[in-house]
Amino acid sequence: MTALLARLLGRLPIGWLQLTHSRTRMAAALAGVAFANVLVFVQLGMMGALNGTVEMTYAPVRADILISSEDANTLTDGSPLSRRVLFQALSDPEVAAAAPFYLAKVDWSRENGSTASLNVYALPAEAARFAGPDIAGSLATLALPESAMIDERTRGADPEALAGITPQAPLRFEANGRTITATGHFSLGGGFSADGAMVVSDQTFLRLFPARIAGTPTHVLVDVTPGADAGLVAARLSDRLAGEAVQVRTMAAAQAADLSYQTTQRPTGVIFGFGVAMGVLVGLVIVYQVLSTDVADHLREYATFKAMGYPHRFFLGIVFEEAAILGAIGFVPGLILSLGIYAAMAEATALPVVMTPLRAVLVFAGTVLACAASGALATRRLRAADPADLF
Amino acid sequence: MDPIAVNGLNHWFGTGEARKQAIFDVSLTIERGSLTVLMGPSGSGKTTVLTLMGCLRDVQQGSVRLLGAELNGADTAMQETMRRRLGFIFQAHNLHESLTARQNVLMGLQVHGRGDPSRQRDAVDHILTLLGLGHRIDYLPGNLSGGQKQRVAIARALVANPDIVFADEPTAALDHDSGHLVVEMLKRLGQERGTTTVMVTHDNRILDLADRIVTLEDGRIVRDSASLAHPATMSTGGGSVVRTDHGA
Ligand SMILES: Nc1ncnc2c1ncn2[C@@H]1O[C@H](COP(=O)(O)OP(=O)(O)OP(=O)(O)O)[C@@H](O)[C@H]1O
Ligand SMILES: [Mg+2]
Repeated sequence: MTALLARLLGRLPIGWLQLTHSRTRMAAALAGVAFANVLVFVQLGMMGALNGTVEMTYAPVRADILISSEDANTLTDGSPLSRRVLFQALSDPEVAAAAPFYLAKVDWSRENGSTASLNVYALPAEAARFAGPDIAGSLATLALPESAMIDERTRGADPEALAGITPQAPLRFEANGRTITATGHFSLGGGFSADGAMVVSDQTFLRLFPARIAGTPTHVLVDVTPGADAGLVAARLSDRLAGEAVQVRTMAAAQAADLSYQTTQRPTGVIFGFGVAMGVLVGLVIVYQVLSTDVADHLREYATFKAMGYPHRFFLGIVFEEAAILGAIGFVPGLILSLGIYAAMAEATALPVVMTPLRAVLVFAGTVLACAASGALATRRLRAADPADLF
Repeated sequence: MDPIAVNGLNHWFGTGEARKQAIFDVSLTIERGSLTVLMGPSGSGKTTVLTLMGCLRDVQQGSVRLLGAELNGADTAMQETMRRRLGFIFQAHNLHESLTARQNVLMGLQVHGRGDPSRQRDAVDHILTLLGLGHRIDYLPGNLSGGQKQRVAIARALVANPDIVFADEPTAALDHDSGHLVVEMLKRLGQERGTTTVMVTHDNRILDLADRIVTLEDGRIVRDSASLAHPATMSTGGGSVVRTDHGA
């Protein structure tokens, strides 16, 4: 290792020799770096789970354009729309299809006495083009009154039992005073506001929620004709519907706005954002502490080198070498520990707490950079002082 | 040209109330290839003068010309260039704890650039062997005795053939024989290569090797053997003391 680094650096690998000289101190420094990594990863994991659940709510449906009520900040809130909106959208020459999309929440009272809160997604049974890939194939079967597909990953449910549901072996349960027959299943999972989901036809939805007036969907899903630009069509529809209290956005834009709203306007999002900021801040402080202590411990030795005529960039080189070594070696246990914590968090909450490669790379690069900056900062005293004053 | 020419040097430590003058109007010119010993009681300013002459402390007032260059007001780049031409042996050995004897000495060579690794290694091993450390080349400082550490520090200072060697009590940790050996070596360097040596020492046993003895007290030069033994040199300038009375 020493020989390799010596060849790489073109000088003695002082940083490496220094770190490995006192193993206990190196272990402490690595523990510090690893802990900082875990802290940041856990916070990012929670933030990522929130983002993931926002994305998840969109998975059962698809469309080029989403028309929502003006007051709909997320997919799951907002006033019902007027049916006129659907017809006006359809009258645009570049609109290929449009469908009403109903969304509401229902409590599923299970036999064991517990209840699960389900997001109920409802589309016309013949509107398979607007269903997500997991659902499109079976949507037509939901034309049967009071039949449903149920989310096999519903929190607190036995996933194997739900995954065993078939039209021949259906699951019957009570919801809103109706007996629902689940004849199929799909995979989604719980979020922060619901434990799971089910998909029904628009007809079944209106029976479950008799207070909902027919023809007042939560959103309208729109597909443009092949070759048409969804953004342009959305803008045109927006003009056409200027008199209605609606917003017309491409699906991607709606999803992005939803995410931004949930992470910056909702208390959960804001708290998670603070968590990430605090995690990064505390991580920085730990890493700074590790590197500046290390520099302080070697100040006398560095002063000797300075007295011999070594320039300041030589010390920066040593510190960067140490930063890279500590950042790289400390990252491994930090990542492994974080993966374990992620698994435990996902298990306990049934939230999508997952490590993404991008996140791992960013945290790694951030750690090395923070180590290097901390070390560089810590060498300032060396730069300013006369060598004779540091012995 | 004399390698060291100090003129009207004053130095203060501390700031505000605590500001205290440590060096008073020191002037001193040192000849090439000579071995000069700085003596004086503890706290008389020997180390301060040595570090000011050795480019390890910014000159506050007065002039220090080292190898023809003025140190008062020198910028960082010039200080670094200058330091590479000097060898410093410190009061404490100041070795790098995580580097072996060989690696420590190598640092004295590598400051001049990468060079040929095997030739650098040979030069390092040669000087360590010369100093009686041939069997300790791969030892870390923690496994060396005080005297051995000091000899490694001496090897580090000398390995790159400096123009001037500054040494602050280099023999304090050595027994009589090895102390004498080190000073003899410095003296021989002076004769063979014209290396100038300025050494602070309390060690009376090596005074016989000194070309010149300068005594400091309370930050002032109070005695200079050059002006006693060779009063004639005063007028020629070389190796003489130039005492001016600027007042403190
Ligand atoms: N960094 C410093 N800050 C403040 N005062 C200092 C500093 N260094 C030296 N002094 C003071 O300057 C004076 C000269 O100190 P110096 O170390 O040069 O003496 P010295 O002759 O080398 O002594 P010794 O024989 O003990 O090494 C002393 O009064 C000392 O207290
Ligand atoms: Mg001293």
